[in-house]
Amino acid sequence: MAADTLTAQDYISHHLTNLTLGFHPEHGLTFAHNAEEAAAMGFWALHVDSLLWSFGLGYLAYRFMRGVAEKATAGVPTGGQNFFEWIVDFVNENVRGSFSGKNDLVAPLALTVFVWVFLMNLMDLIPVDLIPHAFAQFMSLFGADPHHVYMRIVPTTDPNITFGLSLSVFLLVLYYSIKIKGVGGFAAELTMQPFGKFGLPANLVLEGISLLSKPLSLSLRLFGNLYAGEMIFILIALMYGHNLLLDASGMTLQLAWAIFHILIITLQAFIFMVLTIVYLDMAHQHH
Amino acid sequence: MNINLTLLVQMIAFGVFVAFCMKYVWPPIMKALEERTAKIAEGLAAAERGKEEQELGEQRALEVMKEAKSNAADIVSQAQKRYNEILDEAKRDAVAEADRIRTAAHAEIEQEANRTREELRERMAQLAVAAAEKILQKEVDAQAHKNLVKSFAEQI
Repeated sequence: MAADTLTAQDYISHHLTNLTLGFHPEHGLTFAHNAEEAAAMGFWALHVDSLLWSFGLGYLAYRFMRGVAEKATAGVPTGGQNFFEWIVDFVNENVRGSFSGKNDLVAPLALTVFVWVFLMNLMDLIPVDLIPHAFAQFMSLFGADPHHVYMRIVPTTDPNITFGLSLSVFLLVLYYSIKIKGVGGFAAELTMQPFGKFGLPANLVLEGISLLSKPLSLSLRLFGNLYAGEMIFILIALMYGHNLLLDASGMTLQLAWAIFHILIITLQAFIFMVLTIVYLDMAHQHH
Repeated sequence: MNINLTLLVQMIAFGVFVAFCMKYVWPPIMKALEERTAKIAEGLAAAERGKEEQELGEQRALEVMKEAKSNAADIVSQAQKRYNEILDEAKRDAVAEADRIRTAAHAEIEQEANRTREELRERMAQLAVAAAEKILQKEVDAQAHKNLVKSFAEQI
């Protein structure tokens, strides 16, 4: 679509740049006009698109769940309640299966993770150019250069979002580890096994890596899957507009990948939820 | 691929969503689910009780029917007995009545016969007296005597 005026590389990098708001050393508080400007903003910048889509989807899900929960009856459930109860039952089954402790936080946490991550992943199924293009055209009405208006609509392809989720889970893991086992117990878990007290340094290295790998793997798995998925959609989108054969194969590929991607986005949301439960369960267990 | 403030904002948002979900979404829906579970369990138990009661009722109905049948049989046999008794009594009565009537008839016939005989005897005596009178009145005439006897004999 945009390939007629841009090179393929421009097109791809345009799709992979966030709408960034931050303090540029030279321009002050502004939206970044390109990836270099965004990088120059350093840490004190916001990915407005990721955050807005993430909040918006989270809020939608919350409104729906709250609306259902307020009208929930013990009688015969209908429509929305039926659907939501199905999800709640599914999450609750997983929590009961994987989490042996007693903690009222875990099930709502797992529900939020599953629903939110699923919805954020779901944005990947919207054709890659549709919303960014519409947004660029809309912003050009206000005098912006459409080639420098960025919009990424899949929050989970932004590592900030996935790390935001996984670090929150990691903080909870640390909190409950210390709360349940005590500082000494948690420290002992990190240093006294698997080799006993004489292998302390080796224990610390092994256990430290295994502890730190939890948030890393949790967020990078989700990010990697969704980023790769989005990338493939972008590459397929590059096939359009050259000739009829490429258009037709592009359509076929896009349909096939979209159908396959339905599995991936659901699976990734599910894995994120299950691992959250499992990590919290480990934090609650005495050795 | 910049890590920036977005991360912290997302963490805060995550915390807020989880807190709201924990406070406003999870408890009411779980309450509804648990209530329904309890209701269903109650309903199933009630159905079970109802079934048991039905079986008991059927058993009782069978017993009552059996009792009623045996009662009916008793009543029928009693009625049969009573019927036979009444029949026998009626027969006896009838025979006695017949005997009585017959005896009365015999007595009446006897009485009638006796009375007739008595009357006959009286008449015979009267005739004899009359004949004797006539004989005594017309002793002379043999012929007349003869005729007299003859008429006497005819009168007997």
